[in-house]
Amino acid sequence: MINKIVKSTTEAVADIFDGAVIMISGFGNAGSPIELIHALIDQGAKDLTIVSNNTGSGEVGLAALIAHKRVKKMICSFPRTANSTVFPDLYTKGEIELELVPQGTLAERIRAGGAGIPAFYTPTSVNTPLAEGKECRTFDQTTCVIEYGIKADFSLIKCEAADRYGNLIYNKTARNFGPIMCTAANNTIVQTRRIVELGDIDPECVVTPGIFIKRLVEVSHPADEAKLVSENRRYPWS
Amino acid sequence: MELENNKKGWNRNEMAQKVALDIPDGAYVNLGIGLPELVADFVPEGREVIYHTENGLLGMGPVPEPGQEDPELINAGKKKITTIKGACFFHHADSFTMIRGQHIDICVLGTLQVSETGDLANWSTGKPGSVPAVGGAMDLVSGVKTILVITNHCSKDGKPKIVKTCTYPLTGKAVVNCIYTDLAIIDVCDNSLFVRELAPGISFDYLQEKTGAKLNQYE
Repeated sequence: MINKIVKSTTEAVADIFDGAVIMISGFGNAGSPIELIHALIDQGAKDLTIVSNNTGSGEVGLAALIAHKRVKKMICSFPRTANSTVFPDLYTKGEIELELVPQGTLAERIRAGGAGIPAFYTPTSVNTPLAEGKECRTFDQTTCVIEYGIKADFSLIKCEAADRYGNLIYNKTARNFGPIMCTAANNTIVQTRRIVELGDIDPECVVTPGIFIKRLVEVSHPADEAKLVSENRRYPWS
Repeated sequence: MELENNKKGWNRNEMAQKVALDIPDGAYVNLGIGLPELVADFVPEGREVIYHTENGLLGMGPVPEPGQEDPELINAGKKKITTIKGACFFHHADSFTMIRGQHIDICVLGTLQVSETGDLANWSTGKPGSVPAVGGAMDLVSGVKTILVITNHCSKDGKPKIVKTCTYPLTGKAVVNCIYTDLAIIDVCDNSLFVRELAPGISFDYLQEKTGAKLNQYE
């Protein structure tokens, strides 16, 4: 029998190892798997490379993981937002690495990684500092820069509903990087607001097919990151 | 036309209104963060425009009524929004397929600097110690057919934002089609700047004085 459901977030992240490359879904407050990230903080893995669009806000979720010095390198498009101080402080002190990637190139590199495409060419970033030192080629009079697919050891994903096969649906703009990150990791770990029976998700409406999913855990009342930040909450909870 | 109170220039809403007037019926439009977001409030009657937000929505609607907000329904600026009837959600690779695959018609962006040849610099001042953040700006300027810039004519310290050559790191080269400021509307054509409209109380000479590149008048 196929059953990808595990009982706790602790169990879900237990095998994440030091030095792992981890993709984390989310765009701003929407779609970030905060409970899985907090379980990862408790678990203790370090020297991580994190692929995520932002660097978290306040001192919860991804920002808390960074604040606990577990992250060696961030691969992201937008490492500063309102309420984001943890990453900028460490970066300014030279204590964390940054690979800055245009957002569409980041999405395409993840998609390519998941699809077995090692590299591709794109005009995005040509004539800018982000293309410096990269191989260029011209197609139909358009100069393009080479970009490489990204693969991860783990992806941490938040979704709205899942069945035991790992078929997923998402909620509104919390979908963002989730579906592509599910495809690009050896081990995709999902927190879902609801677990539903097989067949409850219309096959026409499945967004992420279960084949991409390794493990699922139900988190029925996920925290609202913006609310935690506005209340100045910090993880671990004091 | 008589000017009220010797009015000089356009305010933010008027600037946004000028941009909205140039967006045709049926356009798919991406609005940048900040001033560009105002454009959505001024779509002329009778036109249907679909707004794209890079984080996965076509059909962005107005700001939600109090109590109707959903923390998982936000725009690229991370502000809470609504959907219109007929809206759809999609993941990030599809969202940027729309941008990079030239499916979005118009993008409205803010800026730090624009050059007379349409180079755009809007993501980094390049200062040592600053944290660079690019987001979707480079994808937008390389993939969207028409790039409109909406910006104050001068920076907060009074320096021209429209310059001969950008001194800040570029977002893209020769990408801007038109610039809407508090003082004028300026087209970028054949590597030169042409003044299409002056704001109330603004003369061509005054505009030239506030601009770091040569301005031309349409014949």
